[in-house]
Amino acid sequence: MTTRHTSINRRTFIKTGVAGAAVLAAPAVLRAQTPPTIKVGVLQPVTGAFAMDGGFGRVGAEMGVAKVNAMGGIKALGGAKFEMIFADARSNPEVAVQEVEQLNSRGVAAIVGGFASPVCLAASQAASRYNLPYIVDVGVTDQIIQRGLKNTFRFSPGFSLCTRTAIENLIKINDAAGKPAKTIVLVHEDGLFGSGLAKMMAEELPKHGFEILDSISHPTPARDMSNVALRIRSLKPDLIIPSSYYGETVLLCRTLRQQRVRAKGIFAVLNGAASNLRFVREFPDVAENIMDCNHWHDPQKPAAIALRQEVEAAGKPWNYNIALNFSDMLLLADAIERAGSVDHEKVIEALASSTFEGHLMPYGPTKFVDGQNMGAAPVMTQVQKGDINVIFPEEFADAKANYPLEI
Amino acid sequence: MYSMSIVVEAILTGMLTGSVYALVALGLTLVYGVLHIINFSHGAMLAAAMFAVLMLNQVFGLDPYVQIPILVPVLFVAGYAIQRFIIGPGSHGKDENILMITLGISIVIENVLLAIFRSDIRSINTDYSFNVFEVGPFIFSQARVFGLIGSVVTAVVLWIFLARSDTGKAIRAVSKEKLGASLVGINVNHVYATTFGIGFACLAIAACLLLPTFYVNPSIGGTFVLVAFTVVVLGGMGSIVGAMMGGLIIGVVESLSGLFLGESLGQIGIFLTFIAVLLFRPAGLFGAKA
Amino acid sequence: MKLKNYLSIIVVVALLAILPMMLQSNVVLNFLIYILIVTLGAQGWNLLGGMAGQNSFGHAAFFGAGAYAISMWQINLGLSAWSGFVVAIAVGALVGWIVRFLSFRAGLRGSYFALVTLAFAEVLRVLANSAQFTGGASGRLLPIETGVQHLQFADRTYFYWFALAMVAIGLVIVRWISLTRFGAHMIAVRENEDAARALGIDVLRTKLRAITISAAMTAVSGCLYVQYFLYIDPTLVFGPKISIEVLLASMVGGLGTVFGPLVGTTALHVLGEAAKLFAGEIPGIDLAVYGCVLIAAICFLPRGLLSLWPTRSASKKAQQPAVETQP
Repeated sequence: MTTRHTSINRRTFIKTGVAGAAVLAAPAVLRAQTPPTIKVGVLQPVTGAFAMDGGFGRVGAEMGVAKVNAMGGIKALGGAKFEMIFADARSNPEVAVQEVEQLNSRGVAAIVGGFASPVCLAASQAASRYNLPYIVDVGVTDQIIQRGLKNTFRFSPGFSLCTRTAIENLIKINDAAGKPAKTIVLVHEDGLFGSGLAKMMAEELPKHGFEILDSISHPTPARDMSNVALRIRSLKPDLIIPSSYYGETVLLCRTLRQQRVRAKGIFAVLNGAASNLRFVREFPDVAENIMDCNHWHDPQKPAAIALRQEVEAAGKPWNYNIALNFSDMLLLADAIERAGSVDHEKVIEALASSTFEGHLMPYGPTKFVDGQNMGAAPVMTQVQKGDINVIFPEEFADAKANYPLEI
Repeated sequence: MYSMSIVVEAILTGMLTGSVYALVALGLTLVYGVLHIINFSHGAMLAAAMFAVLMLNQVFGLDPYVQIPILVPVLFVAGYAIQRFIIGPGSHGKDENILMITLGISIVIENVLLAIFRSDIRSINTDYSFNVFEVGPFIFSQARVFGLIGSVVTAVVLWIFLARSDTGKAIRAVSKEKLGASLVGINVNHVYATTFGIGFACLAIAACLLLPTFYVNPSIGGTFVLVAFTVVVLGGMGSIVGAMMGGLIIGVVESLSGLFLGESLGQIGIFLTFIAVLLFRPAGLFGAKA
Repeated sequence: MKLKNYLSIIVVVALLAILPMMLQSNVVLNFLIYILIVTLGAQGWNLLGGMAGQNSFGHAAFFGAGAYAISMWQINLGLSAWSGFVVAIAVGALVGWIVRFLSFRAGLRGSYFALVTLAFAEVLRVLANSAQFTGGASGRLLPIETGVQHLQFADRTYFYWFALAMVAIGLVIVRWISLTRFGAHMIAVRENEDAARALGIDVLRTKLRAITISAAMTAVSGCLYVQYFLYIDPTLVFGPKISIEVLLASMVGGLGTVFGPLVGTTALHVLGEAAKLFAGEIPGIDLAVYGCVLIAAICFLPRGLLSLWPTRSASKKAQQPAVETQP
């Protein structure tokens, strides 16, 4: 039959090819018979405070590994496939460190993930003892990159970049709409990005003609947002800028709605709910028209759309964390491919010199300087009609901004 | 710094929230007054009750207020069983042991909830969640006003029950003099368990009243525990009136300290009140000697 | 200080000291270091709760006080880690003293005292959360500077030995106290405070000394934590998790015993790892197991695991009649 005929031919061809390759690269022969898998450590907090996001990260990593293997694995190592070794960081640094030790003892080539800044900090530090490459997925704190650890890379943007970009984007969007907004109230969680963000905003925005009426901080978790909403109500700002985690943002938005507080726009930054489809699904009226400066996939890339459809077809919600971890996995595969080895030092070098473009994020080709991907940047999203669209910058946008809102 | 109307509204909103704190504390103070134990699992049980309300709402579409007659007996039985079969026998009668056991129970409950529901924050969206009463310049959430009404009604009913019914009298007898009560034929263990059950039943009502305006996740018990204790200590352990007044006061304290100190530092208002009361007037406002 | 009283301690410490040389695995070493750190905190708790009978639900207050003291000393003031270590011990002890003094004035005992410690821990947490100079809610990183002078060690094994040394000192202190009159006073206060006072024991002083030493030990534990993980934030060090861990470990291991905290911590963590292994997918399963263990411990083993170990202590002998009266 034709098939058998062809397959015999193919087999012979491959055998010859392999023999040829064996002559050229003797070590590869040892692996060519059954290419051993390349173990990749995936560290996500799937229990504890960050379980929701950790779950997304895990899905992204799993799909990334599947994609790498579907594309034929690492050809430079004879088609060796990725094998994911998962570790639960349980949302606290002690466990993360312990898990890094475990992963290392199982011989992983690299570790991807972490999500929460404290976890990323502790884990990348533990990994640095073994010079184990560590790719941070989300953790935004600048400290991650500032420690001078050679093994740590962050593909996504850090906190200061996100903040600066948010401020610039706000100014641009406001200008483009004819400068309808002047007064602003900041609401922020009292942690790292909340307070730092508020500080930077309070310094920068007045220089561009905005007036910051108040900067309200709140703890996480917060039981009640009535007073915050009350203060906002009495100040009647044009814009409200919330940077909080999921629960508090939901509570705040619902309370604002309840107290009939209307603003020309709600402009969130690195917000836990504004770029979260669950919020949009559960409270569509409340979430409508909220803007956010946050991580998001590039809606112009067909591969990203395809991945989203795949995830949603499997009944799982979509989230930027999925796209990020997926991209991180592909980035790692590209680096190992170029390094032609799983040796830690070589992989680190390959990452450091990476110009990878096959990712799903709106970043352009990667370029790592001291571990930070300089091409990384957040985008502006807005909740429109039950979905999250990118409204800015134009080259990645798939919708126009709905701003200002009528009061 | 703030206009009077903001401060007044903050005080009033604080009272609304405080009324639900009072309801939560009601069960706790009753348990202390009768059993003389500090039930550490109170917060975790509240979280479990709130999840029950959530589930019934999502699976059967039952409105939280409608669920009250369903959940009250269920939690009563649960409380009864826990006291009768776990706390009572396990503690060997020693005070510290009881504290530990209730701590253990709270850990177990919290983590079982975590195992079942994960740590996501969940809330429900009822039709009336956004309805408000507008009184002059003030806006009050309808659900919260219902919470206040529900709280007061429960407190009154409980008070009448304790004063008039036979079981109520038995409970009061045991709380005053355990040995004497048992000598006249009152089954002390049964009374203890009943009291515990009533305490949890109050939590069922509190959960139904809280969920429309609030969110729930497994660790929410912890946030409520210390507030509930503060209310109980402020009002006086064992006093229903004390729990109501204490709740209202604490609600106002929380609201005002959040307003003036900022929400983050404002949390300290409750803890400092707690410490202050314990140091200077441990009997609380209405309590008997500690 | 008769040597034979400390023989058991010496043997155990020696065994633990050679352990890393027999192990190749960094995973286990890391695990053990964490156990030692928690043990130290638990020893502090045990001194106060087990020996002096003052249950505290907020030992995190001392843990965090030590941790923040040593980190702020290094980060804010740029001074050496070792002097910071000493300062942190002093700070922890001071916090303990204040807490106890205030509560004693108000006559707080038993459950009330437990609650007030919890409130103190929360107050400190909120303060650390809101203040700028502590780094607020985002926490602080300690700069990585390996070297003994910075109390950071390139080789993990050295840290293990350092932690072990601290634990050993703790063991010695506890044993020594149990042999002195002070130890007897603590037990008297624990069993019946009023009777103790009637016998002329200065209850306030006994309680104050107990908590000062207890807080100091727990503060050391906090320092070790920070120096090992190099990261601190308010919820990690002032949060209820640590308070509960040290409490559980002592209860499970053996209230008031010398080795109780060590045994308890080890048992709990091994149990936790086993639970993760068998049901790791289910979040919180290991903590649920802890809760069950606590309940079970109170119900069936109120004197902790160590009560299963045959001892030569006089009190045990007294409980068993010299002549068996039952067939």
